Amino acid sequence: MKEFIFDLATIYGNQPTHLLQILRAVQSRFHHVPEKAIEDIAALLHIPRTRIIAVAEFYSFLHLSPRGRYELLISDSITDHMLGKIELMVYLSNKLRVAPGQLRQDGLVSLNNTSCTGLCDQGPAGLVNGYALTKLDHTKAGIIADLINQTTPLPEWPSELFSVTDNIYKPGLLLNCCLDKGAALTSMFKRGVSETLTEIDRSGLRGRGGAGFKTALKWRFCSEETEQERYVVCNADEGEPGTFKDRVLLNSYAHEVFEGMTVCAAITGSTQGFLYLRGEYLFLYDKLQKILDERRQAGLLGATVLGRNFNFDIEIHLGAGAYICGEESALIESLEGKPGIPRNRPPYPVTQGYLGKPTVVNNVETFLAAAAIAVNGGNWFASAGTEKSKGTKILSISGDCDRPGIYEYPFGTTIQDILNDCGTSGVLGVQVGGPSGVFISNKEFNRKLAFEDLATGGSFIVFNNTRNILDIVQNFTRFFAHESCGFCTPCRVGTSLLRNQLDKITGGHGSAGDVVALEEICQLVKTYSHCGLGQTAANPILSTLERYPELYQSQLKKISYEPGFDLDAALETARRMANRNDKAAHLAQIGEDHD
Amino acid sequence: MTKTLIIDGQTIPFEEGQTIMEAATVAGVYIPHLCHHEGFTPHGSCKLCTVKVNGRACTSCTFPAAEGQEVVNNSKALNDDRRKITQMLFVEGNHLCPGCEKSGNCTLQAVGYHLNMLDNHFPHFYAKRAVDSSHPDVMIDHNRCIFCTLCARASQEKDGKDVFAISGRGITKQLIVNSPSGLLKDSELDVTDAAAHICPTGAILIKRTGYQIPIGERLYDHHTIDEISFAVSGSRPSTALPPSVAVESEKD
Amino acid sequence: MTAKVRIATTSLAGCFGCHMSFLDLDERLVKLAEVVEFDRSPITDIEHASNCDIGLIEGGVCNSENVHVLREFRKNCKILVAVGACAINGGLPALRNFIPLEECLTESYLDGIGVENPQIPSDIELPLLLDKVRPIHEVVKIDYFLPGCPPSADVFWKFLTDLLAGCQPALTYELVHYD
Repeated sequence: MKEFIFDLATIYGNQPTHLLQILRAVQSRFHHVPEKAIEDIAALLHIPRTRIIAVAEFYSFLHLSPRGRYELLISDSITDHMLGKIELMVYLSNKLRVAPGQLRQDGLVSLNNTSCTGLCDQGPAGLVNGYALTKLDHTKAGIIADLINQTTPLPEWPSELFSVTDNIYKPGLLLNCCLDKGAALTSMFKRGVSETLTEIDRSGLRGRGGAGFKTALKWRFCSEETEQERYVVCNADEGEPGTFKDRVLLNSYAHEVFEGMTVCAAITGSTQGFLYLRGEYLFLYDKLQKILDERRQAGLLGATVLGRNFNFDIEIHLGAGAYICGEESALIESLEGKPGIPRNRPPYPVTQGYLGKPTVVNNVETFLAAAAIAVNGGNWFASAGTEKSKGTKILSISGDCDRPGIYEYPFGTTIQDILNDCGTSGVLGVQVGGPSGVFISNKEFNRKLAFEDLATGGSFIVFNNTRNILDIVQNFTRFFAHESCGFCTPCRVGTSLLRNQLDKITGGHGSAGDVVALEEICQLVKTYSHCGLGQTAANPILSTLERYPELYQSQLKKISYEPGFDLDAALETARRMANRNDKAAHLAQIGEDHD
Repeated sequence: MTKTLIIDGQTIPFEEGQTIMEAATVAGVYIPHLCHHEGFTPHGSCKLCTVKVNGRACTSCTFPAAEGQEVVNNSKALNDDRRKITQMLFVEGNHLCPGCEKSGNCTLQAVGYHLNMLDNHFPHFYAKRAVDSSHPDVMIDHNRCIFCTLCARASQEKDGKDVFAISGRGITKQLIVNSPSGLLKDSELDVTDAAAHICPTGAILIKRTGYQIPIGERLYDHHTIDEISFAVSGSRPSTALPPSVAVESEKD
Repeated sequence: MTAKVRIATTSLAGCFGCHMSFLDLDERLVKLAEVVEFDRSPITDIEHASNCDIGLIEGGVCNSENVHVLREFRKNCKILVAVGACAINGGLPALRNFIPLEECLTESYLDGIGVENPQIPSDIELPLLLDKVRPIHEVVKIDYFLPGCPPSADVFWKFLTDLLAGCQPALTYELVHYD
């Protein structure tokens, strides 16, 4: 092990910024991060062992105790549930003879849930040793169980299991725009770098992650910093359940995305870029590395890009299962090899980002758009969309529709038009922008896709009339409790209180004041949380409570109070040990004498 | 000309680079806080010091003061919510004051008193947490840790060590110790370290000192947290404070 | 003459320390007795609370009997008050929450030092222990909380006189203590 760790640390130059990458490799090799490895890494990187433990305990894909030689994770997104995930999990658990959350005794396999893997258009999905599995059903589950039980090495597994398709159903301005390699860079240098920034400004392009900050403004701010060392970061940590467009863009438009980053680097004066790729997209890693190599060989990256005095290269960092790393400052912390805890702002990344240096962080789609705008000009892009939301938006559509996949629309398109395209009927509502977005009911389908109406990072989940809204809300609320980084009190404690309070109500144990109590927690979490995760964690509850108050009220018993825990179950141990089962050895959940 | 901001209608001067909390402290305006401590890098995690700046919720210990800011601090709405955030801390850990040596000298408790917190309001989590009494002079009762990171910052910034860190994610966060065994006895912690004395709750305690001052005669039995806060920061004359405060302020 | 205000009190998983503190009202008790009368309480022989204005509960909920008593109080008291640390958050009895009940019972009745005739008591008359000691507000709705271990006599006085005067009870800064 010592040699393995030594070589690994050497590859990464013994840099603490690469701790997460190192620990990913250790996890992959030893199926956990062993005590001995912690010791060796601490010595080689000159960091306290606590920092290694903190990172290992922060990310869902790293563990201090052993996982199976085959670590099987099943995506717990609501869309996977809708495609039969719960039943599939039971089947797999039986086939593999291991309970979810457990390691089988022989150490061969462990099984667990994982947050949305970005494959909602081809679920139920999962990961085996980090590699994506799609469209799981009994047949595939049976094959997988056999392969594991026969200890077949992963490279020998049938490739159909790992097949990931793009499912682009409606290309628009960007997806139809096929750029030759280097076209954006050539156009930029021909037009002039600052003139290209003007074009991006003219295009009205705003950040595609959902927040919608003006891209040209961000780049200009960065370029005007006095500090000369600057960074460009592409945020490919799309963890919002229901979104998978970046997966497709990186699979089929990676050149354009990298070119957009390079354009940004020229404008901001940066020499180093990073692609922060979510761990769930490990299957894209080798392909992307190859593309980067191609670009280096083609003179599109490296010390003299296009033979000019312009030095820029891109490095890929993999995440390790943490939704919070989609938040730009948490992402930067993660890039620095730390737990992904959002920073205090100000200062903003554009002034003090990676290693405290000015840093532009943009979404994958934003860089793609920037590359296309560099070629086609600002007006080309601005001709689509609305006054305040220029251009198009790429959506990841999943849930109850005939054709789940990728759709690109000009801003201003109505929800109804979108629903017509993807093939839906009997729609109950749509979750726009994922769990952190908003649930809109079927009375609101004339609303528009736009920053001024329905802003979204691209997640679009359709629910038909057979779905139970409270099941959806429960799934989302549990997701946030699981993904809260725990930095601030309102989110750390509040998201778990929300989960428990909602469970109480949906479990049929709610009474008169329980919805009010739920709303009270919602307001605290929303108002006082440190970052976007906490500030939006109550949205699933708040947006459905606003639209379907009667749904929540109907769950409540017509009594003033019911305990939040199971009283009779609380007597079970004492009952068993005293060997009693008489009437006095039981408690009703609500007193007979209740008012 | 000095720059000023307004807190609850009171005009307060500040220097460029100061946070709202720093400006307020110098001016003698108390903003409730737990993870903040003068002399250490602001952390901004407990969220008790949230104020409204031009209508927006901001963490005053990290948010820069700016000319003309209108800050709401001591409002009923904010204090009601601060009480609920404090209650969140009380149900998250296991804070059983009558059984805690720190009672009466505890900042968490004093903030509860300040906010007129009478109960814990939310359902308890009953987290199972350990006690580390391995060190000869210092002990950790994890039941009372609120993850303010003051011990970690003090160890790093004042003691030049790295004895403490916060690990884990979400509600499963935990304080960890930098030693091969994970125990305090095998760490570099010395009883004279700032890190051993900075804890705002009873999570890190100095052994054999717990009952030197009887309950009922302790810091917050006779002084409010705002008084103590200013006495420690030195921005107001410390009148008739018990010796324990003077000792604490010297250590800082 | 208007009817006196009826007060019931009880101790669940508590030590009666709160009751003792109540008695520290000393001569103020005489004044109080002019306007209140006691229903079920350790100072009367009344076995069950009925139609009370105020119920004062000391102690948390540690067993099935506590649940029944607490429910009886909730049903019969217009205003129910959690008195003291144990009622409010479980208090010191809640220290057992961090040891599995099975271990507690085994140590106490089976293999602890000095245990003779080891057996877990099993009698229909004996209340069974809950797996955790709970604050009373997790079992029934509570209207007011009086913190302290115990709350001082002044706390009781302030609370009751406020209530009797028909105003919203409020504890001033110096009356709030958790120890």
